[in-house]
Amino acid sequence: MKFFPLLWATLWRRKPRTIFTMLSIVVAFLLFGLLQAVNVAFNQGVEMSGADRLITHGKYSFTEILPYGHYQQIRSVPGVDKVSHATWFGGRYQSEANFFPIMPVDQETYYDVYPEFVVADDQVATFKRERTSCIVGRGLMEKFGWKIGDTIPIQATIWPKKGGSNAWEFQLVGVMDARDETMKGQEDFMVFRWDYFDEARAFGQGTVGWYNVKVANPAEAETVGRSIDKLFANSPKETLTETDKAFNAAFIKQFGDIQFLIASIIGASFFSLIIITGNTMMQSVRERVPELAVLKTIGFRDGGVLALVLAESALLCLIAAVIGVLLSTFASGFLKPFLPGLEVNLGVWTLALGAAIVLALVVGAIPSLRAMRLNIVNALSGH
Amino acid sequence: MAETLIALDRISKHYVRGKEKIEVLHELSLNIEQGDFLALMGPSGSGKTTLLNLIGGLDQPSAGTITVSGQRIDTLSGGRLAQWRARNVGFVFQFYNLLPVLTAAQNVELPLLLTHLSKSERARRVQIALTVVGLEDRAKHKPSELSGGQAQRVAIARALVADPTLLVCDEPTGDLDRKTADEVLGLLQTLNREHGKTLIMVTHDPRAAEYAGHQLHMDKGRLIEAGAQA
Repeated sequence: MKFFPLLWATLWRRKPRTIFTMLSIVVAFLLFGLLQAVNVAFNQGVEMSGADRLITHGKYSFTEILPYGHYQQIRSVPGVDKVSHATWFGGRYQSEANFFPIMPVDQETYYDVYPEFVVADDQVATFKRERTSCIVGRGLMEKFGWKIGDTIPIQATIWPKKGGSNAWEFQLVGVMDARDETMKGQEDFMVFRWDYFDEARAFGQGTVGWYNVKVANPAEAETVGRSIDKLFANSPKETLTETDKAFNAAFIKQFGDIQFLIASIIGASFFSLIIITGNTMMQSVRERVPELAVLKTIGFRDGGVLALVLAESALLCLIAAVIGVLLSTFASGFLKPFLPGLEVNLGVWTLALGAAIVLALVVGAIPSLRAMRLNIVNALSGH
Repeated sequence: MAETLIALDRISKHYVRGKEKIEVLHELSLNIEQGDFLALMGPSGSGKTTLLNLIGGLDQPSAGTITVSGQRIDTLSGGRLAQWRARNVGFVFQFYNLLPVLTAAQNVELPLLLTHLSKSERARRVQIALTVVGLEDRAKHKPSELSGGQAQRVAIARALVADPTLLVCDEPTGDLDRKTADEVLGLLQTLNREHGKTLIMVTHDPRAAEYAGHQLHMDKGRLIEAGAQA
């Protein structure tokens, strides 16, 4: 700490330069924080996947539809506790911008297989009773100002109704909450009844998107999965059964390789940052060669001078990184309604501070080595 | 007879520039006594600053030995030599070489950052050093807010603060007007006479050299004459 006044004063030696360099680091870490928060949001579903759940879908693609006839056969596999199913509906509410997941599901079993979503018993009972009913997540309900009893019009993008119309209407009978606070936002989708969907749709009758299988013993999940796939081997509709986690991860991939995209953007911004900050540090050391020589003259060792320059680099990067990630924390709060699960959590903070330290070491390495190798006599005589 | 503080024995120093070998000091031998105030004089390129750098432990000789207080410093490694300088030598430069971003007090405190002294003890010693040079009321001023003479006195305070045995001064009045130079030289003389510091000062100025107890003249890397004063 006794060196802090020296470090602090040196850091602000050229205020405009330090401020502009800091701003560039702040912006990069704001971007870093937000993109990592997006990553968290996309991966939240994957992280929350049940260990006792399997997904059985078409062998070659999960967009491949499966016969409803598989349902009873899967139920009969030893080790299977419960079976439900769902289908990707697509669809929009009022405009293209209002996209959220919509799925026709088996009203009798869906919430048995997904206990992490909580719906009042009387609302589930109504859902099982009313053919055109639907249940939505609380976040969607609040976002669009819906209330129980409302009719919600949905424009289909994949499944038209018989007669060619894309206009579907559902009665809102229930609202879903996430059981666990950390899952908040994951419940923001709509489910409606598959039997109504199957009867009203223009094509594809007797098919489902995928089966959700709850196994009695999570330790046997892999064996059960293999048994299910074996059942349909060499049939026209072969299946691939995988864990809920693997399925969710693959599902997210359909939006593009988020991780790769995020890594690319962050990589590009950090590359620019290394050049900008590295140049600042180089200039800073170059213009105070005589001062560094004085420090050595009065007894600072080579290693001490190296540590001083590296510490200056770390101070610059860490202050700016903390400001950037703080801003991204505030920004993610504002953006959360548009992307549920968006959160700058402890993991993002740790990653950001780690990145700031690496950045400091990279940009400080050459100037600090130069300072360390400084020859006192030459530096004092201006050579 | 006073004790020998610094003993230089057959010191040579050469630099290599390209294919050319430049001899700066030639087998120079010299003893400097404890409590002496020595002025090194001579034309530019005579080797006086090189000699000062060797005595101050800023550079190593090409040949010969340098012993200070019975310790060979020509064989010390870079790190050990830095430690030795911190404990034994105070430096005063022609252009003060203060850190412009620090206050006078912070500049004076710099050598103490290398010690294990507490913050309050460091502050006490800085206060004493600034008082000795008569600048206790300028502690919070930056170098840009000080006159040349004041800046040099801050540099002297920095050289003094760790209580070194030896002060080496390279043209300490070279950038000052006559009146201010006399004040600074008077201060150095006081440090020598009243505080017992051994001073070695490089100067071109004969009037500055008159403040010293002894004068040594150099030319082409050799001592050519010596003179003593009252």
